Order: sequence, then structure tokens, then C-alpha cells
Amino acid sequence: MKRLAAIGVHAAILLAVAFALYPVLWVVSLALSPHESPGAIPWPTEPSLDAMREVVLRTDDEGRYLFLMQTGASLLVAFSTALVAILIATPAAYALSRFRFVGKDASQQALLATQMFPGVAAAIPLYLILDALGLIDHLGGLTLVYATTAVPFAIFQLKGAFDTIPRDLEEAAMVDGATPFEAFRKVVLPAARPALAVTALFAFMTAWNEFILAATFLSREEIFTLPVVLQRYVGEHRAQWGHFAAGAIVVSVPVMALFYWLQRHLVGGLTAGGVKG
Amino acid sequence: MTIPRAPGERALDLGARSGILAAPVTAKPTGNGLTLAGVRKRFGETTVLKGIDLRAEPGELVVLVGPSGCGKSTLLRCLAGLETPDEGGIHIGDRDVTRLPPKERDIAMVFQSYALYPHLTVRHNLSFGLELRKAPADLIRQRVDEVAGMLGLEKLLDRYPRELSGGQRQRVAMGRAIARRPTLFLFDEPLSNLDAALRTEVRVEIKRLHHQLGTTMVYVTHDQEEAMTLADRLVILNGGLVEQQGPAIDVYREPATRFVGAFLGSPAMSFLPAEATETGLVVGDATLESPTHHRGPCTLGMRTHDVVVDAEGPLELEVRVVETLGHATHAHGLVEGQPFVARLQGHERPAPGDRIRLRPVYMHLFDAESGARIVR
Ligand SMILES: Nc1ncnc2c1ncn2[C@@H]1O[C@H](COP(=O)(O)OP(=O)(O)OP(=O)(O)O)[C@@H](O)[C@H]1O
Ligand SMILES: [Mg+2]
Repeated sequence: MKRLAAIGVHAAILLAVAFALYPVLWVVSLALSPHESPGAIPWPTEPSLDAMREVVLRTDDEGRYLFLMQTGASLLVAFSTALVAILIATPAAYALSRFRFVGKDASQQALLATQMFPGVAAAIPLYLILDALGLIDHLGGLTLVYATTAVPFAIFQLKGAFDTIPRDLEEAAMVDGATPFEAFRKVVLPAARPALAVTALFAFMTAWNEFILAATFLSREEIFTLPVVLQRYVGEHRAQWGHFAAGAIVVSVPVMALFYWLQRHLVGGLTAGGVKG
Repeated sequence: MTIPRAPGERALDLGARSGILAAPVTAKPTGNGLTLAGVRKRFGETTVLKGIDLRAEPGELVVLVGPSGCGKSTLLRCLAGLETPDEGGIHIGDRDVTRLPPKERDIAMVFQSYALYPHLTVRHNLSFGLELRKAPADLIRQRVDEVAGMLGLEKLLDRYPRELSGGQRQRVAMGRAIARRPTLFLFDEPLSNLDAALRTEVRVEIKRLHHQLGTTMVYVTHDQEEAMTLADRLVILNGGLVEQQGPAIDVYREPATRFVGAFLGSPAMSFLPAEATETGLVVGDATLESPTHHRGPCTLGMRTHDVVVDAEGPLELEVRVVETLGHATHAHGLVEGQPFVARLQGHERPAPGDRIRLRPVYMHLFDAESGARIVR
């Protein structure tokens, strides 16, 4: 009876996994069979890496490896966005979490307001601003645009995290001989490490996957970010589904790698045990 | 290996963990005395400390006790530098520390929540303060080993706080304070998160540490038993004011106010309205031999052990509830219509409804209006 129940549970789980993985398998299958359209069963009959190779090793007229340059551009934008978000949001969130100051409520509400509009809504004003700054078609400009949404979001995330870290910890550090800044750097920041990691990852992924604004503000092919590159494969003239799928796989690899690498930071409950609990 | 020591610093006894009886003879007091004069603290509209005057001699263990919300933690935080008093001054030794930040006060504090650094191992929790002060590595190692030995933490040094039991965390919190060798220790209800058995054990441990270190300690609790057992000097706080301070036994035996009388002792002191007259102390229908020259209405206070069973006794207890402790029996009931608790011998087991005659052996008299103790 028990065994029967176990089999039932496993069957249900397998079904759920299959359901979730089907589209992914389909993409993998597409990527590996560039010369045929896939059927209902996502399994390539003549597996080939041609599409993958063509996507990754694509060169422009001058013989430069375009895809590698575009990957570089994407990485640069995503990393910079995460970095800017963390650097600005960490002190801001800490201040909002710990101190009382003039304009605290107002600034918090203003930050919240920015979260209520989709980023695209600001596309035109952003375009005008970037134009004035001479940052159209510039990765720095795109990073700046992404930061406008990443920073407020990160502030909320981190404020929530700091709120859960008991003040006792900082006070203990100060009694132990720390300045307020040392207490922040040596106690609060390490205790908030999981939250910092998640927030950074989130900012990175948002920037890495963003399409509309990137397509709006970039026009030089060699600095296209990867979502724009992918979209080009299923563009106006003909749909190269195999290339699109191959590219999609390559694009997801860094995100998966990052997730994997951050896993150890994500172990929840780092603050557990610090104070009674 | 020899460790650099500041002049006058003593070596800590490493072998003393075998119990309080094995502890070395009381250490010479080290550290500094403490003086508070007229300390006031307001939070917005509410005045939490209303003018606290307090003295602690070097090496004394001062216990601050009082009901919840009376300002104990606030007072301790003022001592630590985590709050700044609105008025008044705080001296540690002859240093005015009233406005100094915590790091410059050379104090250590054990928090009620323990406040261990969650991202650091026990070893680094212990050494954190020394590292901040840039102590040399071999001194740090020496101190950590010493403290770990004193508190039995040797096997836990590489664990994280989340991997410790409540009692172990409490030890680490104490160890962290001791490792720095401060001139003043502050404890804010360090035992309140432990279960009863462990509480008694750690209480003895703290007493032993105090003997061994000889450092001035200020200890906050709302547990009167903890307060009595630990205190060299007992300070009773109530509503932001010091009700009474002095040696614990004096405060217990001669409570300055009705509040102090009610606060110390468990079960609490029973109170009977009385009238001091020429013929004696009139309590309802009974007349007791008057211990005072005072005349007029007053409140008679008696702890459970201030009466004995005596068939000729002037007071009658109408028993309602009986608590058997084994070594004693607490009889709860009414005397002259007022709630009263008497302590009987363990073998005396009255039943609810019984009437027992009691003879007072000790009486506390308080002013009926102000609650102040009536002396003679
Ligand atoms: N930062 C603060 N802001 C406003 N009010 C405060 C603050 N800290 C303490 N209080 C108030 O001051 C009073 C005394 O608080 P305190 O923590 O000193 O009490 P306590 O004697 O330690 O009580 P307990 O035994 O419950 O710990 C309480 O009424 C509390 O609400
Ligand atoms: Mg308190």
C-alpha cells in the first residue's frame, strides 16, 4: 500500500517535470536539428551542431566574431546594472531601514511610485535624455536606463532584508568596539549576504533578458545585447528557428551558471541563531 | 608561552570550571566603580528614566530589578552608550562617559537576545572585539582558548551560532564579553531565554565568573530570585525611579516601600489593612502586639515565612488552595477577608476549607497612603 502510494507520487512528479521540461526540450531539439521542423516528440532524428556553430561563430563583413562581441556587450551591461544597483541600493536601503530623517516617507513613496510603471512607459523621455547626454547607441546609456528600474527594486529588496536583521547585532558590535560604519560593514553586510546575492542576481537577469529598451536604444549590431540578436533570427525576412533555438540555449547558459555559483549564498536563514530565535 | 598583559592584569584560572566550590578565592576587585547622577531619559512624550542616582563600588555585582517597562534596559543602554541621557551624568571610574560612544567606554554587554554574529564561528564571535582593537594574533588566540576553557566552549569553537543550543549560545555571548576584559560588564536579562534548570546553573556560573574576574558588573533582571541570589547591591527600579538600593539582604528584610516588599519574595508578601492604636495593631477583628510607636492607619505586610502555625495565634487563615512543594506547603486563603499566603511545614497538609491559626513572627508596616516603610 505504502509502495503503491510512493509510485503514485513519483509518477505525478515525473509528469509535472515532463510538463515543465517539454518546451525546453523542444528548443534543444530545434537547436540540434537545423534542417528539419520538429515533430510532436522533441527528439532530433539527425542531431547536428551546425546551427549552434553558425550562431556562435558568426562573423561580420570585417571578419570579427559578432556573437562573441554581442555576448560581451550583454555581460557588460548586465554586470554593470547589477553592480550599480547594489552599490546605490545598499546604503540607501540601510538608511531607510535604520535611520529617521527628513523626507524618509516621501522618498520611500517616490521609489514605490517608480515601480508602478512599466519601464517602456518611460522609453520616450529616456530616449530624449540619453540623446541629450550623447548616450544613444552606447552600452553605458543602456546600463543607466536599466539602473533606473533596478535601483528602486533593489532598494526595496534590501530594505526588507535589513529590516529582518536585529539592531542588537549592530549594537553588540558597537559595544565590542566598532564604529557605526564598521558595524555595518562587518556585521550587517555579511548577515545580509544572501539578500545581496539574490538582489544582484535579479538585477543581472533583468538586464540580461531585457529586449524592448535594448532594441530601442541600440542600433549598432556589434553592441546588440543577446535578446536583440535572437530576435533578429526570427525577423521580417525569414524565421531561422534552428538558429534562434541555438542562440536561446547559449543565452541561458550564463544565467544558469550564475544561479549555480550563487547557490551557496542563497542558503536561507543565515541570520538564524544570531539572536535567540 | 607568556602573554603580554597590561599592568595589574591577572591571569584567569583555566581549571576552575569544575564548579563554584573549586573556584579560586575571590579575586581582588578590578575594573572601576560606577556613578550615575540624576540620569533622565525621555522618548518623545514619555519620560522613561526620571532621575536615577546610583553608585557601584569597584568589583561590585549590582543587580537592577523591577517590573517590565520600568526602564531597566533603557538605563543599561545609557551605561553602554547606546542611548544618551537627556540629563544627568555617568561616570565609570573617574571618567565622565555620559556622551562617549560605546566603543570608547571599555564595557562589554551580554544581550537578552545574545546577539551573536550569525556569519561568524564561535571562535570569531569571541575574538571579534579584540580583532577590532587590532590585538596581536597570539594574544587573540590565547584569550579565545582561555575563555573557551572557562566556559566549556572548546568543542564548539568552529560552529556557527545557528548550530548551537540556547544554553550554548548564552555561553558564547558571555564569552564574547569576557574575552575583551572590559572594566565593566553589562547584562540585560541574560537568562530569560533559558529553561528553569539551565537558568539556575548559569546563574551559579555567573556568580563564579564574577568571583573569578572581580570585575564590576551591572545585571538587569525582572526575576526577583535571580536578583536576590546574585546581587552584592540590589537596586529596585519602579516607574523610572530607584525605589531602594543596598545590600540584597537589607533590601529584602527592610523594604523601604510597600512596592519593594511586594516585589521581593515568592509567593509575594500579603498585605492587610491595619490601625496602629494604644492597645496594639488592630487588623479586622484581631489585635496584634504593635511593633511601632506610630499611630493611625497603616498597611501590615507579611511574607509567607513571617507567620507560624500556633493554636493560640491571633490571626485566622481560611484555607482556599494548598500548594505542596515537598519541603514546605503554601496555604493560600483569606485572613480578615484579605488574600493571604502562609508557609507551613512540608508535613502540614491542611485541606481547603480548614481554618488555621497563625502567629506573626515578623511584621512590615507601611504608611497606608504613601506606602513608605514605618520605622519604629
Ligand atoms: N526607543 C524607544 N522609543 C520609545 N519608547 C521606548 C524606547 N525604548 C524603550 N521605550 C519605552 O520605555 C519604557 C521602558 O523600557 P525598557 O525597555 O527600559 O523597560 P524594561 O524595564 O527593560 O522592561 P522589560 O523588563 O520588559 O525588558 C517602556 O515603556 C518602553 O516602551
Ligand atoms: Mg528590558
